[in-house]
Amino acid sequence: MAEATHHRPHPTPKDYWKIAVVLAVITAAEIWATYLPGLDAVVAPLLLTMGAAKFFIVVGWYMHLRYEERLMKNLFLIGLVAAPVLFGAVLFTFGVLIGD
Amino acid sequence: MSADAAVAEHHDGHPDPVRTRKVAMWVFLGSECLFFGTLISTFLLFRTRTGDGPTAAEIFDIPFTSASSFILLMSSLTMVLAHHSAERSDWRRSRIWLVATALLGTVFIAGQVFEFTEFVHNGLTVTTSPFGTAFFVLTSFHGAHVAIGVIMLLGTAGISYAGRMRPNEGMNVEAVGLYWHFVDIVWIVIFTVVYLLQV
Repeated sequence: MAEATHHRPHPTPKDYWKIAVVLAVITAAEIWATYLPGLDAVVAPLLLTMGAAKFFIVVGWYMHLRYEERLMKNLFLIGLVAAPVLFGAVLFTFGVLIGD
Repeated sequence: MSADAAVAEHHDGHPDPVRTRKVAMWVFLGSECLFFGTLISTFLLFRTRTGDGPTAAEIFDIPFTSASSFILLMSSLTMVLAHHSAERSDWRRSRIWLVATALLGTVFIAGQVFEFTEFVHNGLTVTTSPFGTAFFVLTSFHGAHVAIGVIMLLGTAGISYAGRMRPNEGMNVEAVGLYWHFVDIVWIVIFTVVYLLQV
């Protein structure tokens, strides 16, 4: 398990700059999608998808999570999975009980 | 590095301190996910309860917030370059990138202070409406995290400048880096959910 992480080479500074450009392009696309007329029906899923892409790029490459051993990945994923599940349930409960 | 750490852990029966610190940091970040999840959920519950105060669409300045979001995003680049230099014991370059990251973080905080001032002038305060309360509490807590991160960055740069950073202590920069990147990813979520989806 730890061996597998040892074989995967870490990104170089050049790679980090390339990733920064990708993040900048996604951010520009988010702003563009916000102001683009006629996207009302798909703008929310589109923005959430782009936000998630940025999130996982930063976590995977800048935080090096894809190069870490399984323990580190699981520790973070527990929080990452628990948060939306827990608060999704809370939001649903409040929505049902109180309404919007 | 993690493979080495795992091997090192089995030496003389003592846990490897670098790996232990890294595990502790990931546990902390996992708990922070829940902390910010609470605040974001609260905002989502109250986002439409604006009372007599302004709504998100009326008050948010998306181009300005986009610029400050971009600055914070680029601070993740300077942070990872600081970590990369520290891994190679290039402390001088690492310090330059650490200070650059702290400067970008400070610019982000300055932008947030300016934005808050504008909101207050336009009639949105922490007591105006449940929306105002949820918004200011969430974004202020994030701002406080950024401020703490700036202090950590400058502290790490100072320790390095004093010559107290040893070649096997790159983990200090990595730990600060993990925290800083986390602050960045939380803002990615806030920018999408709180700003872009509300206008």
